[in-house]
Amino acid sequence: MATGPGLESLVDQTISVITNDGRNIVGILKGFDQATNIILDESHERVYSTKEGVQLLVLGLYIIRGDNISVIGELDEELDAHLDLSNLRAHPLKAVIH
Amino acid sequence: MLFFSYFKDLVGREVTVELKNDLAIRGTLHSVDQYLNIKLENTRVVDQDKYPHMLSVRNCFIRGSVVRYVQLPPDGVDVDLLHDATRREARGG
Repeated sequence: MATGPGLESLVDQTISVITNDGRNIVGILKGFDQATNIILDESHERVYSTKEGVQLLVLGLYIIRGDNISVIGELDEELDAHLDLSNLRAHPLKAVIH
Repeated sequence: MLFFSYFKDLVGREVTVELKNDLAIRGTLHSVDQYLNIKLENTRVVDQDKYPHMLSVRNCFIRGSVVRYVQLPPDGVDVDLLHDATRREARGG
């Protein structure tokens, strides 16, 4: 399955992870395996709410178990720099229901 | 392996993937693997006002286990081909 959607191309890049419980964690991808377990460095969580802008929680070095991952997005640094997070309001994402 | 092969034939086409958290992501199918993990390019979330969580993401990897639906292009199914492949699979070959 050499042509599959591996995460090799994302290593050492900033990625945005959406977890099954609806959290959004942004960090630098340092490692991954077959089960989509990932290691994130310099990570932070972006907490969405309708009452105030997006809050950033510093997490540091993190391992996320693959079972708990929904989406891994390649963060476009330029697009991200133009986001006004402090004024962005939204409901938190829903949890995954299997 | 049937669906794996089927999705491989759809690479390069525009699809919408609806997830089990109600998020729907549209993009060009880049690749798929044995777990039906999906990689999309030029992605946009279908309802960006409601879901601004991926505004700065243009390429993404979606874990196969959280996919609820994949909406295909209207001409993305060759029914005869799929019938044949299904029968072959059912025969165990």
